[in-house]
Order: sequence, then structure tokens, then C-alpha cells
Amino acid sequence: MFNKKSLEDVATEEKQWQKLFKDYTLKAPERLKRFSTVSDKAIKNIYTPLDVEDLDYPKEIAFPGEYPFTRGVQPTMYRGKLWTMRMFAGLGSAKDTNERFHLLVNEGQTGLSTAFDMPTLMGYDTDSPRSRGECGKCGVAIDSLKDMEILFDGLPIDKITTSMTINPAASILWAMYIAMAEKRGINRRIIGGTIQNDMLKEFIAQKTFMCPPKPSMRLITDTVEFGTNEVPRWNTISISGYHIREAGSTAVQELAFTLADGIAYVDAALERGLDIDAFAPRLSFFFNSHLDFFEEIAKFRAARRMWARIMKERFKAKDERSLWLRFHTQTAGCSLTAQQPYNNVIRTSLQALAAVLGGTQSLHTNSLDEVLAIPTEEAATIALRTQQIIAEESGVANTIDPLGGSFFVERLTRDMEEEAFEYIKKIDDMGGMVAAIERNYPQMEIADAAYKYQLQIDSQEKTVVGVNKYISEEDIPVEVLQIDEELEEKQIKWTNEVKNKRDNNRVKEALEKLGEACQGDDNLMPVIIETVKEYATEQEITDIFRDVFGIYRDPGVY
Amino acid sequence: MGIAEKIKTGDIRSVARLIRDIDDNILDAREVLKDLYSSTGNAYVIGITGAPGVGKSTLVDQMVNHLRKAGKTVGVLAVDPTSPFSGGAILGDRIRMQRHSMDEGVFIRSMATRGSFGGLTQSTRSSIDVLDAMGKDYVIVETVGVGQDEVDIVRSSDTTIIVLVPGMGDDIQALKAGILEVGDIFVINKADRDGVDKTVSDIRLMIEMGEKRYKNGWKPSILTAQAVFDSGIKELLDEIEKHRLHLSSNKEMLSTLRYEKVKSDLSEMIKDKIVKEILGDIIDSGEFEDAIKSIIDKKTDPYSACDKIISAKLKANVK
Amino acid sequence: MNKERRVRILVAKPGLDGHDRGARIIARTYRDAGFEVVYSGLHQTPEEVVQAAIQEDVDMIGLSSLAGAHLYLLPRVVELLREKNADDIVVCGGGIFPQEDIPKLKDAGIKEVFTPGTPLTEIVDWVRKNVSPRG
Repeated sequence: MFNKKSLEDVATEEKQWQKLFKDYTLKAPERLKRFSTVSDKAIKNIYTPLDVEDLDYPKEIAFPGEYPFTRGVQPTMYRGKLWTMRMFAGLGSAKDTNERFHLLVNEGQTGLSTAFDMPTLMGYDTDSPRSRGECGKCGVAIDSLKDMEILFDGLPIDKITTSMTINPAASILWAMYIAMAEKRGINRRIIGGTIQNDMLKEFIAQKTFMCPPKPSMRLITDTVEFGTNEVPRWNTISISGYHIREAGSTAVQELAFTLADGIAYVDAALERGLDIDAFAPRLSFFFNSHLDFFEEIAKFRAARRMWARIMKERFKAKDERSLWLRFHTQTAGCSLTAQQPYNNVIRTSLQALAAVLGGTQSLHTNSLDEVLAIPTEEAATIALRTQQIIAEESGVANTIDPLGGSFFVERLTRDMEEEAFEYIKKIDDMGGMVAAIERNYPQMEIADAAYKYQLQIDSQEKTVVGVNKYISEEDIPVEVLQIDEELEEKQIKWTNEVKNKRDNNRVKEALEKLGEACQGDDNLMPVIIETVKEYATEQEITDIFRDVFGIYRDPGVY
Repeated sequence: MGIAEKIKTGDIRSVARLIRDIDDNILDAREVLKDLYSSTGNAYVIGITGAPGVGKSTLVDQMVNHLRKAGKTVGVLAVDPTSPFSGGAILGDRIRMQRHSMDEGVFIRSMATRGSFGGLTQSTRSSIDVLDAMGKDYVIVETVGVGQDEVDIVRSSDTTIIVLVPGMGDDIQALKAGILEVGDIFVINKADRDGVDKTVSDIRLMIEMGEKRYKNGWKPSILTAQAVFDSGIKELLDEIEKHRLHLSSNKEMLSTLRYEKVKSDLSEMIKDKIVKEILGDIIDSGEFEDAIKSIIDKKTDPYSACDKIISAKLKANVK
Repeated sequence: MNKERRVRILVAKPGLDGHDRGARIIARTYRDAGFEVVYSGLHQTPEEVVQAAIQEDVDMIGLSSLAGAHLYLLPRVVELLREKNADDIVVCGGGIFPQEDIPKLKDAGIKEVFTPGTPLTEIVDWVRKNVSPRG
């Protein structure tokens, strides 16, 4: 892209400038011994055309909507439609969360996103002894289809899309959603949304797991197949890097492990006999937006380019939509502090801005009190306004991929792609992600990165404002959301009522049918939907999964 | 009820506390061990060793599962290395056996090597006795096999199992020096990995070549397993049982084994006590440092310094 | 020779919460500080935590909680320790605790609670001052 003579001139000038720089620093040293990103990647004092001297614009960067999609997956991006403002929400009972959903929609969010409580996430009903003390504390409690019906009451699910963050029990909760929609007369072919349904990252990072990797992959492939054939507007996997990053990985690891997970899912679906262009367009991704502004933007751009290349060259996909890496972003929860919580508004804003400049399809912004409890209405509203101000006031969405062409950003994008592909090769050599997980490889990498980062904070090599620098003596108190302590009892009572009212013979038959189906090879989604329609509870179904598929226990990699 | 009595009835707290006292060199613990000795000799001790990452803990977990189903009680000692830099340790083997933690018939204890002088420590050996006296049918000792450990574990176990994974290649060569004297059963875990056949034949070759050196006339067996999938475990326990029968089949061999074990226990104990008493004393008193200084200053040599210290100490009272 | 007892700590994750980044870091930190750490892994019931603590004869249990179930889980561990006459074992919490819950936890017998941003050195110092190997 640059001609040879100009580059030579730049090289000469840079040499002189670096000498000048050095002279200055002899008088007054640089303010840090080492400049690095939050992932500890060293950053130079200046980036010039020399850093991207062989940049091939048409091949490497191209235009939005054009292979390899570095600048964006759709041609119009935010000029056509802003990213979806999708705030993750869930608390207490289905009714409590339904209220929060209505509030957020009224305040202008454009998509729904559901957080479930630990028992629901782990496949236990509220009345399980393992669930004691956990009901509704970190998300909404769902025991049966009845709760699902209340959760989405009054919301236009035929017009807006719903994301559900659920993994081991994804097939079950999705079945409940489909059943709930159909009961409202809404055809499954028009409902749109996402289930996270990414078990590989559970084994690596988030650790809400239930059954071992192989049967988990079977269930996931069943959902992909079912979605391809019956629920075409649904994203059946949200291949996630967010949690990998939250567990302490570097940006490159987040990128590499996420795409490696994606490769594993594609392999599994192809093995099932599905046609790549039939299911690939509905694979979606979920990334973290962390503290280092430019590293994150480069990561998002590299991700798009890498996935396009992987889908085209490795998997020979033909349909252009199979090459698109569409992603949701959440700002980094692990970067927020309990000290001086109002600072978190600024952190979230910067992280949201990075996600927008990185071209995300949808965005959740964390609330300032996220470190302390489930967000209050006020805090969640500020988080939503953050997105709205970026969208309407800042002007960054006026043009597509505004940072494209920056020497620094293009160089970072390239570096991240290169380093991430190295990781992917390592994982391929191990036999793929499932094998790598069994060897505890990604888990160990993450544990090491997390420990290293903590040591850097404790030694003040890396600064956390309000925690290891600029500490305030008095803390401004923040009001924190409380979950009704009586909720657990109420929920148990309520679910018992549901159990009494339903036809228990039909439930028994459905569960038996499910048990047999699990032993066979048929797609389980139809029979799961039938079972939830009888108001079987989540655990009645997961007990069967655990029985047939086995239980996965934490191998305790530290 | 005295501590020894409590332990014989299986009281968990007493067992746990005694093991701690033994580990921490508390003198009173020794008295309890004296009381307990007559109640030892009933448990069958299985030693399991192998490089980190081969799946020992998962294997132990499955073995415990099978043994419990057969109505046997089990004590497990999981030994992990102490960090040479900090003196601390992360003891993480227990995690893979956690499903047995609420089973009253299973006692799991994690120990660190606290390895100043390497190998299976005296406290591990004594802890085996405690679990034995507690009434456990089996005691399984899991250690990381690095040189010294492997040889030590033999002296304390009835059956010693060496765990490998396919493709270890050069590592087997490195182990070979002591391996035949050590292993009664070789288990190749993660047997679904590439290279399993070669690993089996490598070991088989070593075993064939070492025919004259078979321990107690038992030709070491080679088994494969996938501990994670509970595959090969039943076969392993059957093989252990075969070994057990072999050992008890010959009265002469039994009495030789008993002799060797007591001999080894006693000499290790004496060595251990001497080191703790003498070396410990002179380090505390500063005599050790002084001796080192003298040697460096060429006022004396290590041989003379050593003789001087020992003869002085031997004259003094050893408690 | 080291005649002192080593401090033994059980680091445990009670309940269904799977966020173990902090627990694993603190385990390493304790090791680097010279303690012996038994790491329990995820998804432990309070009963399993107490059973492990007793079998391992630890001096302290560090409970990690980030999903809001602390008001039940942490006091329950203390309760079970009392039932088993093992309440000489110090119990601490680490993770996400709203300020108003901390006095409740302390009343229930949790000796100290470490919230986000506490430097690791501070935690280690606290342990050295407040936890002595059983004497």
C-alpha cells in the first residue's frame, strides 16, 4: 500500500526521531520502565507505516461486508442499524425479572438478555439441597415452563430477540422458550435469539458444568441441528471468550481459545452430517471488552478476519454468511472495583466505546455496582444510557471502522491474529480443543496468566485506580440490591403447586421416553420440548442427563 | 479414652490430629505410635507412583470406588511435593477423590513431602501405620515418582504400582535403573492415546530382560487403563489380588518379607531420628555453622568435623 | 531443623458458584507464603467442606463466594464445625460481600472477610497474625 521510496524516507526519519526521543529521555526518563497492555504485550513509543509496510488493503482490510470482513460483517454496519443494546438481567423470581425486563425495554434497550440463578444454571430445582441459599441470588430462578411463561409475559418476543445465558441446561431452557412462544401462538420459525450453549468454555473457564465433554457436545450438536431445521432465526451457540477472559486469560488467549472452541463445534456438526452453509451462519460469538482500549479493538478486528479465513480455507464454506463472525460484547466485569464504585461508570464507558469501535453486533454494559450485587434499577439505567450517549452523541458511529488504517491498530490487529493462530496450531496438534481440555492445557494457561496479573497488581507494576493508587479514605456508600430472603421458600411452594396441577402420568411417560432417547442417537430436542410442555421441572430432566451421560467433576487445575 | 483407643475405634478427628502431630514432629505422637503398633499389620498397603499428570489421583478415585462397592474400607495418603522455594505446598490430589469425602469408610489425607532429605518421609510411613491401626482394610499411598520416592515407596507397600502414559519414551529409559526393583504392576493410563502399543512393548522388553531380578519371584504385570472412564480398574484390582495371593502363598517368602519390612522400618527410623536429633541439635546450637566456617577457613576438613560432632553427640543422652 | 508446625489451610468453594479465579490465586499465594494448602475444588457442600477440614486437620478454612449465597453457606460451615467439636478451626470468607452483610457473617462466627482489591500480602499477613498452627 505504501510505495518503496516513501517507506525508505520514513525509515530514515524514524531513525532520527528515535535518536531525538532517546536524548530527551536521558534528561527525563520515560514515566514507566515498560509500557504494556493489560495482557502484558509490550507497546512501542510510536507506530509508523513501517509497522504495516506490506499492508494489502483489498486482501487484508477490504471493505465492510467484504472478505475478510476486518472492517465489519455487514456493508452498512451502524450506518444502517445501531448495535443491539442488550442488557443482561435476571434476579429473584420470574416476576421480578419480568419487571426488570419491562423497565429496560421502556428505557430503550433493543434486545432481551436473561441471567439465571446458580441452581438453574447448574441444572437443579430450587428445592434441591444443593440449592440452599442460592435461589434468585445471581439471576432468575426457573424451575418449570410456568416460570418461563411469567418471565416473558407481556414482552413482544415475536419482534425482539432474546438471549439466554445457559449452558448445561441450554437445551431444556430453549425448549421451554419455544414451548412458551408456541403457547402464545408464535411460530417457532419466527422467534429469534441466542442460547449461550457453549460447554467447552465451561470446562475451560466458567465452570457451570454437568455432564462430561462428549455427551455435552452431543447435546450441543442436537441443538444446532434442530435450530438449522426448525428454528432458523435462532443462534444456537454463542461461542464465548468473555468468561475465558474473566478467568484471567490474556487478550490473545481469549481470542485463540474462543475460535478454537468454534472450530470444535463446526467439526462436531460436520461429523453429524450437517452441511456447513446450513448451520454456520447461525453460529455467533461473545467477547469481553477489557481495559486496554486499543488491544480490544484490535482483538475484535482480528477475530473477524481470522474466522473468515478459517471458515473459507479450513472448512471451505461457500455461503458468505458462513464467514461472518457476528458477536455480542460485554464490558469486563473483572475490571470493576468495589472501592470507589462510581469509577466503574468510566471504566464501562471506555470499554463500551472500544466494543463499538470494534464493530460489535450487540452490547451489554456493566453497572457500577456489579462488583457488589445484582445491579439496582438506577445503576442499570446509567449503564444503558452509556450506550445511548455513545450512539447518539459521540459521533463514533458516523463512519464505519473509524480506526481502520491507524498504523498502531492495524499492527496490533495483525500481531494478535498471528499469536492467536499459533495457539490454535498448538491446540490442533493436541488433537483439537476437546483433547486440549482433557489435558488441562487452556485451564493451565489461564491460571498462569491470572496469577501473573495479580502479582503485577500487587507489585504495582499495573495500576488499579482506587485500589493500589489514588486510594480514598472514605468510601461513598452505594445502595445495593437485596434479594428477598423468603423467595426460596415461596419458589419451592410455587413449584410444588405446579407439580400438583400438572398431569403426573404424562410427565412420568415423557421422562421415561426421554431416558430412552438419551440412550439412543436421535436428536433430543423434540422429546425435550414434549417433556417441558407437560411441566416437568428442569431437574427432573437433568437428573436423567446425569444418570445416562454421567457427571463431570472439577479436576481442580490451579 | 486415650488417643490410641480412639484411633482404634476409627475416630476421624483423633486420626487426623495424630497424623498432624507426626508430620510436625511432636514428641507425644511417638508415644501413641508405640501404643498403636500392635494393632498394625492388617491393612493391605498399595503404593502408587508415577510422573505428574499421568492420572494417579483419578486412578485412586476409581480404585476406592470399586473397593467400597466390594465392602472394603480404605485410607488414602496423597503426597505432593513441598515447594523448595517457599516451604509451602498446594495439595490438590484430594479434588479428584472428592466424591468419597462423605463416605465414612474412606479416609483421605493430603501430605506434603516437606522434603529436606527427599523420598517418602518417615511421617508418611507412620501415617500408614495409623490408618492401618484405625481399621482400614486397604491403605493407598499416592506419591509423585521422582527418583528417590519410587524406591522408598516399595519398602512401605505390599504392592507397588507404577503409572505411565503412552508415548513416555525416553522417560521410561530414565526410570529403568530402579524400575524393576520397584514395580509389581505397570499401568499405562490414558490408553486411548497414540503410542500405547509401543509403550507396552518397551516395558515388556525391560521386564523380559530383567528376569533374574524379579522381586519376590513375581513377574511384573502390564495393564492398560483409562481411569477417567473407569476402564481397566477392575482388572487392576484383580491383578493386585493375584499379587497378594502370590505373596502369601509361600510361608518362607512371607517371613522374608516381614523380616525385610521390619528391618527397613527400623533402620529408616534410626536414620531419621539420628538426623533429627543430631543434625537438628547442632543446627540449633550453631555448631553446624561453626563447623562449616572452620572447613571453609581450612582450619579443619569435613571428615574430621563430622567425626568430632558424632562422637560428642553419641556420648550425650539421646532422648 | 524446622521444629515449628506448618500452617495448614483448606481453600474451598462451597455451593454452586464456579468462579474460582480468586480461590486458585489465593491457593498459590498461600503456598508461596510457606503454608500447606489443601484445595477442595468446586461445588462443595458445607458438609463436604467440614469433612475435608477435619480429615486434613487444617488450622483455617478459606471459603470463596461470589454468587450471593454467602449468608447461608458460610454460617452453615461454622455451624457444622461446632457440631463436630471442630470450631477451633478459623473460618474466613473471600469474594463478593455487600458491606451490610459483613457484620452478619462475623456474628455468625466468620473471623474475617476479604473483599475484592485486598492485596494478597495483606491477606497473608492477617493469616500469620491470626492463625496459629494448632498449639
